[in-house]
Amino acid sequence: MHTQREGQPYLADHFGSLESQIDASRLGMWMFLGTEVLLFGPLFTAYALYRFLYPAAFQAASHHLDIAYGTINTLILITSSLTVAMAVHFAKVGKNKRVVAMIVLSLLAGFAFLGIKSVEYAHKFHEGALPGKYYALEAVKEPGASLFFAIYFLATGVHALHVIIGMSVLVWIGWRAARNTISPEYYVPVELGGMYWHLVDLIWIFLYPLLYLI
Amino acid sequence: MNQFVASNHEILEVNYLNEERGIMSWLLTKDHKRIGLMFLGATIFFFFLGGVYALLLRLELLTPGPTIMDALSYNRAFTLHGVIMVFLFMIVAIPSAFGNFLIPIMIGAKDVAFPRLNLLSFYIYVVGALLALWGMIQGGADTGWTFYAPYSSITPTKVIPILLGIFIVGFSSIATGLNFIVSIHTLRAPGLKWMNLPLFVWAIYSTSIIQVLATPVLGLLMVLVMVEHAFGFGIFDPARGGDPVMFQHLFWFYSHPAVYIMILPAMGVISETIAATARRKVFGYKMIAWSSLGIALVGFFAWGHHLFVSGQSTLTAGIYSVLSMLVGVFTAIKVFNWVGTLYRGAVKFTTPFAYICGFLFFLVFGGMTGVAVAAISLDVHWHDTYFVVAHFHFIMVGAVLMGFLAALHYWFPKMFGRKYPEGWGLVSAVLIILGFNATFIPQFLLGNMGMPRRYFQYPEQFQALHVASTAGASLIAFGFIIIAIYLIISLKYGKLVDGNPWNARGFEWMTSSPPPKHNFHHDPEFPETPYDYHLPEAKHAHAA
Amino acid sequence: MMELLRKLLFLPEGASTFADRVDLLHLFIISVTMISAVGITAVALFFFVRYRRKSEDQLTEESHPPLAVEALFVLVPLVLFLLWFAISFRDYVWMKSPPKNAMDVYVMGKQWMWKFSYPDGPNSISTLRVPAHRPVRLLITSRDVIHSFYVPEFRVKSDALPGRYTEIWFEATKPGRYQIFCAEYCGLDHSLMRGQVIVMEPADYDQWLADQKRGNAKLQDGTPVAGETVLPKSSMKEQGEHAATELGCFKCHTVNGERHIGPSWQGLYGRREELSSGHALVADEAYLTRSMMDPTSEVVAGYQPVMPSFQGRMNAAQAAAIVEYIKTLTSDRVVSESGSEPKGPLYEPVRGQ
Repeated sequence: MHTQREGQPYLADHFGSLESQIDASRLGMWMFLGTEVLLFGPLFTAYALYRFLYPAAFQAASHHLDIAYGTINTLILITSSLTVAMAVHFAKVGKNKRVVAMIVLSLLAGFAFLGIKSVEYAHKFHEGALPGKYYALEAVKEPGASLFFAIYFLATGVHALHVIIGMSVLVWIGWRAARNTISPEYYVPVELGGMYWHLVDLIWIFLYPLLYLI
Repeated sequence: MNQFVASNHEILEVNYLNEERGIMSWLLTKDHKRIGLMFLGATIFFFFLGGVYALLLRLELLTPGPTIMDALSYNRAFTLHGVIMVFLFMIVAIPSAFGNFLIPIMIGAKDVAFPRLNLLSFYIYVVGALLALWGMIQGGADTGWTFYAPYSSITPTKVIPILLGIFIVGFSSIATGLNFIVSIHTLRAPGLKWMNLPLFVWAIYSTSIIQVLATPVLGLLMVLVMVEHAFGFGIFDPARGGDPVMFQHLFWFYSHPAVYIMILPAMGVISETIAATARRKVFGYKMIAWSSLGIALVGFFAWGHHLFVSGQSTLTAGIYSVLSMLVGVFTAIKVFNWVGTLYRGAVKFTTPFAYICGFLFFLVFGGMTGVAVAAISLDVHWHDTYFVVAHFHFIMVGAVLMGFLAALHYWFPKMFGRKYPEGWGLVSAVLIILGFNATFIPQFLLGNMGMPRRYFQYPEQFQALHVASTAGASLIAFGFIIIAIYLIISLKYGKLVDGNPWNARGFEWMTSSPPPKHNFHHDPEFPETPYDYHLPEAKHAHAA
Repeated sequence: MMELLRKLLFLPEGASTFADRVDLLHLFIISVTMISAVGITAVALFFFVRYRRKSEDQLTEESHPPLAVEALFVLVPLVLFLLWFAISFRDYVWMKSPPKNAMDVYVMGKQWMWKFSYPDGPNSISTLRVPAHRPVRLLITSRDVIHSFYVPEFRVKSDALPGRYTEIWFEATKPGRYQIFCAEYCGLDHSLMRGQVIVMEPADYDQWLADQKRGNAKLQDGTPVAGETVLPKSSMKEQGEHAATELGCFKCHTVNGERHIGPSWQGLYGRREELSSGHALVADEAYLTRSMMDPTSEVVAGYQPVMPSFQGRMNAAQAAAIVEYIKTLTSDRVVSESGSEPKGPLYEPVRGQ
C-alpha cells in the first residue's frame, strides 16, 4: 500500500511480474464486459421477438418517443466517452490534474444524461406510456404497444443503473488521480474504469436506434 | 517416495490451517484454500437442507393421497428442494469449493488472480443464499425451480426473495468463473503448457466459460420474473401480448448449460482420481480435454430439447435433438478413455475408486437416457414425467455427487492432513450407490408408466414403485449420516498422513498436505505431466 | 409380443397407432443403455481384478492411444446416436402431421380442469369422447397458465399455452377409457387436473354425436357412465344446485338465511366472516373452494368444525358449479362492494350448439 501512494505499481506477491498482473486485470475486465453485454441479452431478445410479432405497434410506440431527448442524450454520452478517453490519455502521460478535469467533465455529462432521462420518464408517467397494466397511452392503441414500453423502461432502467455504477467508478478514478496514486507506469485503474464507461456508452448506442429511431 | 515425506512432520506444524488463528483470520482471508473450505462448508450445509426436503417429498409420496402435508406444502417443498440443490449446492459445490482449493496449486500459483474478488464471491454467495433462505422461511415459492411464466407471475407465494437470492448468487458464480479463467491464463507456473495441465483444470476452465457466459442471462431473467410478479409488466403475459415460451427459451439458455456447470467439474475429478487409483497416464488426455470444451460449446446450443412439446416447429426440434445427442458423443469419448486408463494400469480399490465405478454407471445410464429423451418421438411420452426426473437425478445426483464424494475423499488428506477410515468409506459408498439405484430406477419405471412429475396426489397404480423409491432414499440418507460422522471425527482424530497418501503424481501432491499458506515451500518445478506414472520414482522426483 | 414387451418396460398399454413404433424404439434405446451402463461398470471392475496393484510404487507404461481406437471411441456413439435420431425424427414427423381427414376437437386447459369443445357439437368438461380408428386432431390452448395435455396410453403430449394453439393428433385403436394427465406444473391442484378419454366404437360415437346435435337435452352427452363427469346442458347455477343436492350439502346448509349446522349460503358470497381463529376474511371464490376441500381450517365463528372434506369426492367442475350457485344466492342486506373488479364465473358455462 505504501508503494501505491507514490504512484508506483503495486505488485501482488502471487504474480510473477507486473506485466502478467496487468494482463490479468485486462483479461478480467474484458470478460466482465462480456458478461455485461450478455446481461442485456434477454432484453434484446425480447425486443427482437416482440418487434417481429407486433411491428406496427412497435413502430408507432417508437415514433411516439421524443427523438430530441434520445439524440441529445446520445450526444452527451459520446462526448463523455471522448472526455474519458482523454482522461486515459492524460493518465498515460502523467498529467493527473488534467485527468481529474476530464473526469469531472465526464461526471457532469453523466448527470446531464440522468437528468434528461428523468425528465423523459416523468413525461412518460404523465401521459401513461407505461408497461403492462399501467398502460394508458391514448395516442398508440395497437396491441403490443405496452410491451414496447415494458422493454423501454427495463432497458433504459438497467442502463441508467449502469450509468450510475459507471459514475461511481469515475469518482473513484478521479479521486485516485487527485491523490496521485496513478502514474504513467501504473494507470491500469483509469484504463479499466474507462473501458467500463465506454461499454455503458456502447450499450446506449445500440439502445438509441432500437428504441428511438426505427 | 515424495520429496516432502521426510520433513512432513515439521511441515505439518505450520500450514494454511494454523498459520493464522482466530475467526477473523478466516472471515477476512484471501487465501484461496480457506475460501474453498468455507465454500465447502456452506455448500454441504445447503446439501443437507436440500436433502431434508428430498426426504420429506419421498415420505409424502408414500401414499397416493395426502400423507404428511397438504398440496401447497408439497409444491413448496419440491420447489425449495430444486432451488437449493441446483443453485446453492451443485452449481457451487465442486467449482467454488474444490476448484478454489486446487486450481492455484495445480497450476503452480500462490493464489488465484484476484484474491479479494474471490473472498467477495464467497460473501455474495452467502448474502444470496441467506436471502433465499429468508424467502423460504417466509413461506417459499411454489413454482418449481424452473419458475415458468406465467405461473410465476401470478402465484400467491413469495417468489421475490428467492429470485433475488438466485440473482445475487449468480454474481458469485460469475466472479469465481472469471477468476479461474484469468488465473489459468496468466498464473501458470513457468513452462507449464496447456496440454500438460491436469484434466481437472481443463474441466474447471470449461465450466468457468459456461458460468461467465450463461449466468448473466439468468440474472436478468430473474429480474424480469420479479418485475412480472411485482408489477405485471406483461413481458410473459399473453393477455398483454407477451410470450411465456420466450421465458422458457431464456431460462434454458442458462439452465441447460448449467447442467454442464455441474457435471464437468465432476468429470474433472474423475479424470484425476482415476489416474491416481490406476497409476496410469490418463488414456486419451487430449480427447478428454477437448471434449470438455466441446461439451461447454455444444451445451449452449442444446437448450431447445426442453421445449419439444411446447409447440416448436418440427425442424427446430430436429436440430436441437441432434445437438443434444452430440453432447452424448463427447461424454461417451470421456467414458471410453477413463475405462481405457484402467486397462493395464495398477488399480487399487479405495473409496474414491468405489465412487468412480458408481460414477461410470450413473453417467452412462443417466447420459444415455438423456440421449433417449433427446430422441424426439420418445420424449413426447417421457416429457415432464418421472422418467425425466430419474434421468437428471442420475446425472445430477448420481454422477455429480459421486464426483463430489470422490473429490471429498481423495482430497480430504490434502485439505486436512488426515485420512478418513477406509472401511467406513467403502461401506457408505456401497450404501449410497445401492440407495441411488433403488431410489431412481423405480422412478424410470414410473415415467414409463406415465406418472407426471410434480404430482402431489397420484393414481393408485403408481404406489408400489413410489414406496420402493422412498425406501431407496432412506438408504442414501443412512449412507450420508455415516459419511458425516466419520468425516467429522476424522477432522480431529483421523490418521495423520504423510504428504502424499495416495502416492499420486498429480501436481497438487507436489507440496505438503496440508499445504503451506502460499501453497509451495519453494517455487514449484513441476514434472512435465501430472500423470508420469511410467517414470521410476527417482526420475519423477528429479524432474520435480 | 408387444404386450409382453410393454409389461417388461412397465409401459401402459398401447391404445393409439403411435404406440408400437414408439415402444420399439424405446426398447432398442433402453436395451443398449442398460447393456452399456452395466457393461462399462463391469469392465471397470474387471480391470480392477485383472490389473490389481501389486506394489505401491508399481509403474505402468505410458499410454499412447492409437488413432484408430480414438476414432472408434467417437464413431461408435456417433453412429448409434444418429441412428436413433433418424428413427425418432421420422416418427416425430409422423406424429406432427395430422391427416387431412382428421376430426378436430378444441381443448382448453384451465386451473385445474380440461374442457373439450367439438366444432359442431357439444362441450364437455373433463371427458373427451373420440371414435376409434379415426384420426383426431386436438387443438390445445390454455386460459391461464401453461398446462400439458398427456394421455400415456396414446403416447401423446402437448403443452397447453395461453394465447396460442398447439396441435397434436392421434388415432385410437382400442375402445376404452384412458386417463388424461396435466404434465406441466400449473399450481396448487396440478396433480388433480385429470380427465379421461373415452374411445368409442365409431358407430356408437356417431350415434352419440347425433344425439348431441339433435339438441335433445335429456340425451345430451349420452348416458352418464359411472365415474364419468357429465355436466348436463344447463346453467352453472342449476348444475351447482344439482351437485349440492347430490353431495348432501343441504343437510347442513340452508339457502334461505336460516342458521343450521353450517352457515347459510344465502348472502354468503362476498360477506365478511369472522373466523373462530379470530381472523376475518371475505368469502370469495377462493375461500368457498377451500371450505369444501379443507373445511376445518377456516371455520366461521360460532360453528363447530364438523364438515367433512370433499377433496376427492367432488371434482373441479362440481366445485366451480357450487361456487357459482352460491354466488347467485345474494341477500338484500349484502351490498356488493363497488370498485372490486367483477370476477365472472370461474369456468365458462357450458353452452349448447
